[in-house]
Amino acid sequence: MKIKLIDIAHGRSGDKGDAANVGIIAYDDKGYEIIEKYLTAEKVKKHFEGITLGEVERFELPNIRALNFMLHNTLGGGGTVSLKHDAQGKTLAAALLRMELEIDD
Amino acid sequence: MKEKIRIASGQGFWGDLIDAPYNQVTKGDVDYLVMDYLAEVTMSILQKQKNKNPELGYAKDIPPLMKRILPVCKEKGIKVITNGGGVNPTACANEILKVAKELEITDLKVAVILGDDIRERIDEIIEAGCELNNMETGESIIPLKDKLLSANVYFGAFPIVDALKQGADIVITGRTTDTGLTLAPMIYEFGWDNKNYDLLSAGTVAGHILECGAQASGGNLLADWQSVENFAEIGFPIAEAFSNGEVIITKHENLGGKVSVETVSEQLVYEIGNPKDYITPDCIADFTSIKLEELGKNKVKVYDVKGLPETEFYKVSCSYASGYSAVGSLTYSWPQALTKAKAADQILRKRMENLNLNFEEIRTEYVGYNSSHGPLSKDLDEDNINEIMLRIAVRSQDKNSVERFGKEIAPLILTGPPSVTGFAGGRPRPSEVVAYWPALIPKKLVQPEVKIMEL
Repeated sequence: MKIKLIDIAHGRSGDKGDAANVGIIAYDDKGYEIIEKYLTAEKVKKHFEGITLGEVERFELPNIRALNFMLHNTLGGGGTVSLKHDAQGKTLAAALLRMELEIDD
Repeated sequence: MKEKIRIASGQGFWGDLIDAPYNQVTKGDVDYLVMDYLAEVTMSILQKQKNKNPELGYAKDIPPLMKRILPVCKEKGIKVITNGGGVNPTACANEILKVAKELEITDLKVAVILGDDIRERIDEIIEAGCELNNMETGESIIPLKDKLLSANVYFGAFPIVDALKQGADIVITGRTTDTGLTLAPMIYEFGWDNKNYDLLSAGTVAGHILECGAQASGGNLLADWQSVENFAEIGFPIAEAFSNGEVIITKHENLGGKVSVETVSEQLVYEIGNPKDYITPDCIADFTSIKLEELGKNKVKVYDVKGLPETEFYKVSCSYASGYSAVGSLTYSWPQALTKAKAADQILRKRMENLNLNFEEIRTEYVGYNSSHGPLSKDLDEDNINEIMLRIAVRSQDKNSVERFGKEIAPLILTGPPSVTGFAGGRPRPSEVVAYWPALIPKKLVQPEVKIMEL
C-alpha cells in the first residue's frame, strides 16, 4: 500500500556549505520502522533529482526516531554564492515530505 | 558547587527578535543569558566594518540591549555570554562599560576572549606548516591568502570558563562555537572535568538545542505548527541544567511558544552531519545516544548523552571576495501569469546575450510556483493562478555585467508581456559575493586569551 511520508513524519532542514541536511523524524515507533526500512538514500536521491547534484548520505538516529540525510551539491554553491531563493535549503524537509512510500501491508 | 542552573537562549542569529533577551531576563528566573550572533557571513561583514572604522566590528545591537538588561542582570546576578564581539570584542566591551557607567553601575567585570582572529597571522601559520587546506577540496589557501576578508578560529567553552573563573559578569567572545556559550557555564558551575566527555557532550547537546533561539520552542515547527500557542510573544528556550548532565528544556510559562519532544527533535537534527560525530573544540558528542522524555507541558528532559575526546584541531572559517551578484524580480498577474513570466525570462536572457554580458550563473525561479521545491513542484492550472513573481539572479566576476543586468529588469514592464508590476525598489545593485573556506588548524598554533576589563 501507498502512504504519504508527511502523515507519519516531520522534520527540519538547513545548510552545511553547499550541502543541505534534511532530518526526518517519525511521529511514533511504527513510523520509524517504516522510514528506517523504506526511506533509503537511493529513494531520496531519486526524489531530489534536478535539485541534488551530488551524493546522498543517510544516517540513523533510532533514539529520536530520526533519519538524517546529507544532500551534497544541492544549494547552488551555498552561503552568499548561491543564487537560489532558498539558498539555505530551509524548505527541503517539506520537499522530502512530499514523497509517497510503497510499503508492504 | 551548584546542583542546577538555568541558562536562557536570547538570540538565534544577529537580527533575531530584539526583545527576546530582555524577556528572558525579566519574565522569570534564569542564571545565564547566552546569545549567538554569528553566522558565517557575519564575520566578513563585521571585518569590513572594522576596516572602515577600527572601533566597529561587533554586533551593534549589543550596547543598546545592555542598556536595557544590565540593571536587571546586576540585580538578579544573571551573567551574560555572547559571541557578538565578532572581530572586535574589545571595542564591544568598551561600549558595554560606557553603558554601565551611564547607568551608574559601579562594579562590573567584562571579559573578552581574543586570539580567534588569525587573519593577520596567516603567513606565520603557513610557515609553521599549516596551509589551511580547504576541508572540502583539499586545496591550499596560499593562492587566496591576500584576498581573505576574514579568518577566524572556532574556540570552544574553555576560554569562557576561564573568564567566569576570573569573576566575569559578562563574557564577550569573537568566533566561539554556539554550543560553547551554553556548555561553559555548566563546566564552571558544576566543576566538570575537562576529560569527562559524556558531561561535556551533554552540555554541548544543550547548546545545540539553544543555539537557534526559538527554533527549539515552537518556531519553524513542522510538526503541527498550529498547535504552537501565541507565536507573537514566543518564549525562547531555557536549559535547566543539572550537575549530573541531565538537562530539562523549558521556557518561561508566561510567554508563548511550545516545548515538546517534537520541537526539541527538530532542533536536534538541524544542521547536523554524521550524528555520531558532532565535533566541537571541547568533545565529540554522539547524537545517537541522546534520550528525550516529555516530563509535562513545556518540559523535555534530555539525558544519557555520550561523547568522545575532542580532536587536536580547531575549525577555521575563512572568507574571501568572489565576484558580484544581483537579484531582480517582477510580478505577473492573471491571466497566463506563469506563461508571461517565462516569456519575460526568455526576453531578458536574449537581451543579455545580445549585450555579451558575462555571467557564471543566471538562475530563474518563479515564486508562487517552484522557487522552494524546484522540479518537485506540482503543475499549476494557469486559470487558477492569480500571480507569479519572476525572480532572476545573476553572479559574475565582472561587476559591469551585474550592473547592466540590474538596468535590464525595469524595461521589461514597457517592453514585454502585459499585466506586470512590482518594481518599486529601484534597480538591483551588485552586491559582493563572499565565499567560504573551511579549514582545520592544529590547536597548538592558536592560544585563546582572556582579558578582563572592569569599571
